[in-house]
Amino acid sequence: MRTIDKAARFLIDKAKEDGVELAWDRLEKQQPQCGFGLLGICCRNCNMGPCRIDPFDGVSRGVCGATADVIVARNLCRMIAAGAAAHSDHGRDMVLTLLMTAEGEAKDYKITDSEKLKRVASEYGVDINRSDVEIARDLAKEIIREFGIEKGFIQFVERAPEKRKEVWKKLGIVPRGIDREIVEIMHRTHIGVDNDYVNLLLHGLRTALSDGWGGSMIATEISDILFGTPKPVKSRANLGVLKEDEVNIIVHGHEPILSEMIALAAEDEELIKLAKEVGAKGINVCGMCCTGNELLMRRGIPIAGNFLHQELAIVTGVVDAIIVDVQCIMPAITEVAKCYHTLIISTSPKAKFPNALHIEFKEEKALEIAKEIVKKAIENFKNRKKELIRIPSESMELIAGFSYEVLADKIDALIDAIKRGDVRGVAALVGCNNPKVPQDRNHVRMAEILIKNNILVVETGCSAIACAKAGLLLPEAVEKAGEGLRKFCESLGIPPVLHMGSCVDISRILVLVAEIAKKLNVDISDLPIAAAAPEWMSEKAVSIGAYAVASGIFTVLGTVPPVLGSKNVTKLLTEDLEKVVGARFAVESDPEKAAKLIIEHIEKKRESLGI
Amino acid sequence: MKEVFVDFERCLGCKNCEIYCAVEHSKSKDLFSAVFEEPKPVKRINVVSVDGINFPIRCRHCEEPICVEACPSGALRVENGIVKHDVSRCIGCWMCAVVCPFAAIVAVPDRKIVLKCDRCPDLDVPACVKACPTNALIFCELDEAMREKRRRFVSIISTLKREVVV
Repeated sequence: MRTIDKAARFLIDKAKEDGVELAWDRLEKQQPQCGFGLLGICCRNCNMGPCRIDPFDGVSRGVCGATADVIVARNLCRMIAAGAAAHSDHGRDMVLTLLMTAEGEAKDYKITDSEKLKRVASEYGVDINRSDVEIARDLAKEIIREFGIEKGFIQFVERAPEKRKEVWKKLGIVPRGIDREIVEIMHRTHIGVDNDYVNLLLHGLRTALSDGWGGSMIATEISDILFGTPKPVKSRANLGVLKEDEVNIIVHGHEPILSEMIALAAEDEELIKLAKEVGAKGINVCGMCCTGNELLMRRGIPIAGNFLHQELAIVTGVVDAIIVDVQCIMPAITEVAKCYHTLIISTSPKAKFPNALHIEFKEEKALEIAKEIVKKAIENFKNRKKELIRIPSESMELIAGFSYEVLADKIDALIDAIKRGDVRGVAALVGCNNPKVPQDRNHVRMAEILIKNNILVVETGCSAIACAKAGLLLPEAVEKAGEGLRKFCESLGIPPVLHMGSCVDISRILVLVAEIAKKLNVDISDLPIAAAAPEWMSEKAVSIGAYAVASGIFTVLGTVPPVLGSKNVTKLLTEDLEKVVGARFAVESDPEKAAKLIIEHIEKKRESLGI
Repeated sequence: MKEVFVDFERCLGCKNCEIYCAVEHSKSKDLFSAVFEEPKPVKRINVVSVDGINFPIRCRHCEEPICVEACPSGALRVENGIVKHDVSRCIGCWMCAVVCPFAAIVAVPDRKIVLKCDRCPDLDVPACVKACPTNALIFCELDEAMREKRRRFVSIISTLKREVVV
């Protein structure tokens, strides 16, 4: 089985008819995948190599003498570095846009949440008794310093409960600067530097923390300041949101800087008129992946799907343009697009695609460029191949927009419900799709089991989109919840599965659990909470998993990370970290068993807390 | 009957055949579990590199297997064209390993036995062939392999001829 999503199944069949190759086909052709790669015991860090360790017998050291422990730890650290870099560079782009906005260089952007601007500025010690632009300018400059080492620590670390900060201090893993930690990973993993797997992995955790409590959190907070802090909003999810009689534009990627402008441009009277002139009834902007989540959370713009929907959207034959920025954009989409009429428009100087039209996005001329891009999509409407058009009917209603701010005044009620036992705890389901798992199966199945067992589920990223498509982001989904959770959700009028945003918005979950811990005067690791990345595939997910565990959250991975080549590293991650940071990883690809691990963990924590 | 042929010019020396051979001969037959098994699963194929040439060495299942003749305990025998090894009869004398012209038989001194390719009786296509990402290992009939080899030889000649004409 490739997917549990009916719309996806329909389009996978259509792709086959159309002779189009998809990610699942390519995965099949890759079988069996490189055993050394799967186990993490191949090292390409110097040119004495590449070296491999024999997982069964024989060669146990690379040319430099590195053992499986060192090689696996180095490779894992480099994955964390790449993931943290992706999130944090996104965060940097947000800060630079805030600065340009404050300095009047990016005129199409404005400060939307002035109250949040002041709140965040106060944390940074920026004088807030001034105009918004003055505050924004100084705040942006303060945050930019955190990417280097000028300041020496990351401000948002202060948001963690005291006990957690003590753990980090004791281990010496308080993140000092976002770029610094990533650079240090690249240094330490160079030939002949850090050859102690424990020392390497501790720095890996510090780097991951600089993502979760740094780059990602910055991305979230600045996005809210610029575009507004999300509030509950209704919308729809799945490929049925595409419209045969309108110009369909999909924004795909991660940052809201571009997609917000595309959404604005699509409301332009002249462009709507132009769309009508080419025979369309209007312009239909839909999201995909995390930039889609950003638009969904703030504007209620429908979301066409998650990671494994990106090729399928094109197969409908009605997507006039996919506009991409950065991250999780398969190079395959330009190949798939060749069989249909879809125009792939790349916009970031960091992410170009052969056979795509590149229209570089610049914040200084944001709306003007966005309009030019939308115009290209409209002009492409006439090129649709009528015989290839088929849109699946599936689209599900949903409620998204549960920022921390929306939940803040519900924390007391949640704590009461947890103490009473109505709600047993909270589980975060996050992360990607991976064709190694039937699409959405683990996300949806785990969410269903967890809510049935009275565990409130919070979600971001592709996981949230999976559950949106399955109808779990609706108040009516309490039908599937246990009695206690149902009572709790009904009293607050919220769904049992809460959409908290894009992948960088896992920082919202960190803030939420930090506040709960502070109210109870305990550490995050004492709380009846857990996390899972049930279908993860990206390096970003490795960084997320690492900062979740380093923050004290038990984390279940649904696909096997490339570490099993070292028994010591495997043991450290899945057992010994518990004694070090109060949390550990577990690996379980069966959603029923993974949910059970979470339930057992939550019950154990309840017992320790005496509730 | 299909046999495993080696197109050694395509072998990059990645050793993926070695890994999946060991996995197929593990208790769990699953990579992630196999690495934790004791005794460690043993590969029956070895990629050897000499002077830039990589060659995956495994049992050729000879038509007249000298290893069978050399085996004093009756552990080796031919069955349906496959040289089979009965571990329970093996006395660890290494005679078979010594006489095999390809050194394709793997001695496991710790366990006082040899182990060798059994051509994966549970699989349609042997694990090493399935694991090869460059098709350096091919599972086909002898005449098919020879036909392909001859065809390739002639195509090389034709290239040379074109070059001469130019």
